[in-house]
Amino acid sequence: MSEIKKNYTRPLDILNGRVDMSHGSGGRAMAQLIEELFLAAFDNEFLRQGDDGASLPAMPAEASGRLVVATDAHVVAPLFFPGGDIGCLAVHGTINDVAVMGARPLYLAASFILEEGFPLADLQRIVASMAAAARAARVPVVTGDTKVVERGKGDGVFITTTGFGWVPQGLALSGSQAKAGDAILLSGSIGDHGMAIMSQRENLAFDAPIESDTAALHDLVAAMLASGAAIRCLRDPTRGGLATTLNEIARQSEVGLMLDEAVIPVRHAVDAACEFLGLDPLYVANEGKLVAICAAADAERLLSAMRAQPLGKDAAIIGNVHTDPHHFVQMQTRFGGRRIVDWLSGEQLPRIC
Amino acid sequence: MKFIDEFRDGQLARGLGGAIAKAVDPARSYHLMEFCGGHTHAISRYGLTDFLPANVRMVHGPGCPVCVLPIGRIDLAIQLALDRGVILCSYGDTLRVPASNGLSLLKAKAGAGDRSGDIRMVYSAADALKAARDNPNREVVFFAIGFETTTPPTALLIRQAQAEGLKNFSVLCNHVLTPAAITHILESPEVRQYGTVPLDGFIGPAHVSTIIGSRPYEPFAAQYRKPVVIAGFEPLDVMQAILMLVRQLNAGRAEVENEFSRAVTRDGNLKAQALVAEVFEVRSSFEWRGLGEVPDSALKIRAAYAAFDAEQRFNLRYVPVPDNKACECGAILRGVKKPQDCKIFGTLCTPENPMGSCMVSSEGACAAHYTYGRFKDAAVA
Repeated sequence: MSEIKKNYTRPLDILNGRVDMSHGSGGRAMAQLIEELFLAAFDNEFLRQGDDGASLPAMPAEASGRLVVATDAHVVAPLFFPGGDIGCLAVHGTINDVAVMGARPLYLAASFILEEGFPLADLQRIVASMAAAARAARVPVVTGDTKVVERGKGDGVFITTTGFGWVPQGLALSGSQAKAGDAILLSGSIGDHGMAIMSQRENLAFDAPIESDTAALHDLVAAMLASGAAIRCLRDPTRGGLATTLNEIARQSEVGLMLDEAVIPVRHAVDAACEFLGLDPLYVANEGKLVAICAAADAERLLSAMRAQPLGKDAAIIGNVHTDPHHFVQMQTRFGGRRIVDWLSGEQLPRIC
Repeated sequence: MKFIDEFRDGQLARGLGGAIAKAVDPARSYHLMEFCGGHTHAISRYGLTDFLPANVRMVHGPGCPVCVLPIGRIDLAIQLALDRGVILCSYGDTLRVPASNGLSLLKAKAGAGDRSGDIRMVYSAADALKAARDNPNREVVFFAIGFETTTPPTALLIRQAQAEGLKNFSVLCNHVLTPAAITHILESPEVRQYGTVPLDGFIGPAHVSTIIGSRPYEPFAAQYRKPVVIAGFEPLDVMQAILMLVRQLNAGRAEVENEFSRAVTRDGNLKAQALVAEVFEVRSSFEWRGLGEVPDSALKIRAAYAAFDAEQRFNLRYVPVPDNKACECGAILRGVKKPQDCKIFGTLCTPENPMGSCMVSSEGACAAHYTYGRFKDAAVA
């Protein structure tokens, strides 16, 4: 009498294997990829439920408040860069979007679009980095999804993450609340992420000691809120850089902003690389910095609270808010003149001549 | 940053501003043209006019490679990408220049009707050659633009392509010449006949002069009695050059002086000049946006390298296209008007939706004023 043999599944060949169409088909291959690669890395009680979605406990019961949701699609080339990779970036980016709302980030959801042919070893590296970032931030990835697209229809991996956070009652930060007289604070040097990526671009590779600043800012935000300073608004100046973020705030709040170029921190290597390429660090992306607008009287208190945190040790007061019907962001240049810091038009492009 | 901050020192700038204020003769005015977009950019970005006395006026010149490119030349590039299916490689700024039919290279890349062009932005001319090596079964065209600064790299590229025996690579050459443009401005009726554009002297190009040297400007000083001071692109360079021009004018001198002596010699880069002469020859005439047809003002590829000349290879026919009627780029490039004089400046024409080429490149007079200086117009209004 024959017995039905016990199921045996050959483990994923992480070392040499590649993503193929079956990994997105909903069959065994997909289940295996999820189990051996994603679940293994992200493991937590919500994922272990194994259902189509995560069933979460009620929001913190200690006080009334509001739920905040933010979502962010991450596409970056190259996928691995000095200081990070698309995995940790996908965690930090969304946590930061939630954190600058004044919220404590609670959960993340992640969805992956994988391109056929993508090496499993690279995927594992990315997922491991993502899991490590989530664990370090104490924000679990509670649900996820994977799709596979044909070769040539994706750029290796795209990762979309959605974050959920909780804002306590009474706290309502918004880019529309800057008032004339307020101070503008910046948590650290600008342009590191963008130039780290730029230095790795295939057609531009140059050797520079520049690392991405990718980091989760929620602990810094918590310390800033705990300082009791009257914070009007927090923003993380990612794409488009500091200049774009400040223009958004000026427009939303219908005010003018005046910056002091001499006190805006820029690392020498970033400054030099920007000069070399004809770019302006004010427009270069950051992934671990934030801008705060707060009442002038509280600016010093907020600054010390920021400087006491590792991610805010280079924080500076970089300018102030004033009345301006044109909502210009202007800057007192180190040179002594005054100029507009305008919206970026199109992409920042190097000069020709 | 070392070696750069020294040229951006505000205190030195105030000192130079004071020296200029002391040097100027209050009874006269000084109209100085900065030929290069690089200088225009520095003047706007650092707010240099704030340091100058009211009787020193800066007139923007046509030295912005993207700005002077006529619509018809961009149309040729778009035609190559859309109709001939080539991989078209170009420097970044060029992608946004408006062309015919509401297109630009950027829009042609995204798609026009049911077609889209394989248009690639390159940082270096050498990347275009790489594209040709990597795609042996496709035609690759490098859209070469720029003044004398960017010409030697293009010449090298063509020689390299020949050495490698590349059969799928060519260059659409739009290289233009600085001295011819200066002559054209000095000969223009506004300057010569009507005197509607007073021009007392020139701030000469920085990077261009590293290649061609300071000698080619000597005729302007000798024949037209206009002093020329070659200056670097840093703000203190520009201030120093203005002081030198003021002093020449006060003394009634008209000479070529070199403020940018850390990079420019009288003879320039002879090796680069020889390379350029080997690959290129002067075109009898070339259309400039704003200036129209200018004799002997551009380069074309020599017969010995005809295989790499996209105009011959694809049998291209140049069709001039008039600029938008409301656009004042022409007058602005000749120094006749200022960006603020244009009716569509900052309204219909912005860096996001440029109507004219001066609004495209960061070196263009309109883009520079819009981006850095327009709060001054607001203060007056």
